[in-house]
Amino acid sequence: MSSDPIHTDGFLARLMRDQLKLSITCALFFVTALIALPLLNYFQPEWMAQRVAGFTLTWLILGVLFFPFVWIISFCFIKKSIALENAEAAAAKDSQNK
Amino acid sequence: MILAEVSQVDPWIAICSLITVAITVAMGFWSAGKSKNAGDFFVAGRSVSVGWNASAISGEYLSAASFMGVAGMVMATGYDALWYPVCYACGYLFLLLFIAGPLRRFGAYTIPDFAEGRYDSPVFRKIAVCFVLFIGFFYTMPQMKGAGTTLSYIFPDLPYWVGVAVVGAVITLNVSLGGMKGITLVQAFQYWLKVFAITLPIFILASVVGHYEHHLDANKTAFETTAPNTSQIERKVLPAKAPKDEQWIAPFGKLTTKAVDASIAAAPTPEAKATIEANKKPYSLLYTYSLIIALVCGTAGLPHILVRFYTNPDGVAAKRTTMWVMILIGVFYVFPPVYGVIGRSLTPELYDAVGAKGTDKVVLELPTLLAGKNYPLLGSILSGITCAGAFAAFMSTFSGLLVSMTSALAHDVYGRMLKPDSTPEQRLTAFKWAAVIIGAVAIGLGTQVEALEINFMVGQAFAIAAASYFPLLFMSVWWRGMTMKGAATGMLVGGLSALVAISLTSISDVANAAAKKLPEAERAAYWADHWISKCIADYWVVHPLARILCEQPAIWAVPLSITLMIVVSKLTARQIPGDIRMKMLVLHAPEALGLKQEYIKEQEGLGH
Repeated sequence: MSSDPIHTDGFLARLMRDQLKLSITCALFFVTALIALPLLNYFQPEWMAQRVAGFTLTWLILGVLFFPFVWIISFCFIKKSIALENAEAAAAKDSQNK
Repeated sequence: MILAEVSQVDPWIAICSLITVAITVAMGFWSAGKSKNAGDFFVAGRSVSVGWNASAISGEYLSAASFMGVAGMVMATGYDALWYPVCYACGYLFLLLFIAGPLRRFGAYTIPDFAEGRYDSPVFRKIAVCFVLFIGFFYTMPQMKGAGTTLSYIFPDLPYWVGVAVVGAVITLNVSLGGMKGITLVQAFQYWLKVFAITLPIFILASVVGHYEHHLDANKTAFETTAPNTSQIERKVLPAKAPKDEQWIAPFGKLTTKAVDASIAAAPTPEAKATIEANKKPYSLLYTYSLIIALVCGTAGLPHILVRFYTNPDGVAAKRTTMWVMILIGVFYVFPPVYGVIGRSLTPELYDAVGAKGTDKVVLELPTLLAGKNYPLLGSILSGITCAGAFAAFMSTFSGLLVSMTSALAHDVYGRMLKPDSTPEQRLTAFKWAAVIIGAVAIGLGTQVEALEINFMVGQAFAIAAASYFPLLFMSVWWRGMTMKGAATGMLVGGLSALVAISLTSISDVANAAAKKLPEAERAAYWADHWISKCIADYWVVHPLARILCEQPAIWAVPLSITLMIVVSKLTARQIPGDIRMKMLVLHAPEALGLKQEYIKEQEGLGH
């Protein structure tokens, strides 16, 4: 079994690195938004308080627009992560058969 | 006498609530016939479809705090309260990105199963079981409080404890009859009931009294010089207790500045006041970030949510489920703030009341306004529908918690520790008895918390979960160098220090609230009896920053927990489990490779 390419440290390291890279890339988008919004409120209060269709800009972002933003990130992540898994499984089976 | 009592009860509200309870019980009985083996009871046979499972997770997640608490908090404190629904929803994204897939591939029934499987340590399993029960009880208390207050809203003469006991007994019966599979159906139904109950009344109401943006437009910001635009809507005069417009609609309002405001009020000289005033805004920013961390990480660590990932047939389904959960709860969370905003214009009298009669009631109260607009019947029916939604809210969350805690007790304590050689039938009986025991304890605790706020108690549970379970899961999944000692130290120190910090603030708050109720002359005697609380309360006034860090401990407790895990694991590096590569492969390799079966065979071969 030790000659099996799946059971090598290299395979595991690559697997975890690829998955973590995808997760962190997606997380960066939403963590940036979570950090940036309070900072904008802090340093640009007047700009964030401008009216957009009755809402203040900051209320519109946090109360309404944030939810679709999160949906987009998760949709992209799920598509990419399923594709990644399929590619990994195919590659692993390929190398086993050689 | 009896007739007079009955006439206070609005028949529509009572009927809608009764129907909700009746359907819940009927679905429990119906699925009881279908749940046969232990798998059905613990993880619904692992074959719940994505749609059902997503509705059920959302139904479980939208608790009394989401249904009533968020609207009440937006009305009471304004913009800052919007972080609650947003972070409740965003926490799921974190779960999806880092934890959902690997945990599901590892294939264990419960969190304690994962803890033992990952570290080969029965001791760690016991620690994890205690924590499941501990966090679970913390989170059941606010649900019980919601049940008690809603029932006393519907039946004004009913004592608080009767509501807690009745609702608790109904749910306990349901869980012990149907187990996980039973409540999956019930919770999925309750999600759709809650969405219906929060959207329909607000759409009808808004078309009569004016829309979301018109009511928001009526609040003047600090930067506007002209009078607010109230041409589209009616607006009642705000009482003195209500926050001012410019404070309410802007960030860094009452919620985040409470501690600093208290110490400004107590400062002796104008110079001292000015010094503290300068710190007000930076401290609110700190409070906001700490709140965000607690809510986002806390979601990813709640035991009753995590156990549901195991009810998916495979990892791809687990990911798809999380996607749908995010859409379902995101859609829901847009609406509670609308109640808060419209409530500020039309029911400002709620600002003057406290506790269960205060702003928390706005969701139930607002639809009855239609009665004054020539739609008396419609007002009653819609109020009945929101009451049914409130019922669904605390019932579904309590069922979910009860299942995960009962599983911990029956599967881990009984099945693993007390009687490892028990037959499946014995374990099934144990599940039913465990449900009754946990239900009884939860009812007992619930009757004791009438004085505490719903949202505050939920916040406690989230902060503790954020500092204990979240670091445990995150680090165990992504770092192969973790040892059992590192994991246990980080989880326990992080979770317990968050608990102590939060308890310090709640001790002084409860004493403060009690002292305020007393006449002026008796306060000195009260404080003499409660000198510890007095010391703490006095300390907060002088040190507002310490107060903020204790009220919202996540900003230091989560890094503390993770740092401890890394340091202790490095020190005990020799104790890394021997087959760590295989464990990590099972956590991360695609399920198509079938590594899990291979791993189980190897373990059996070793005589496990």
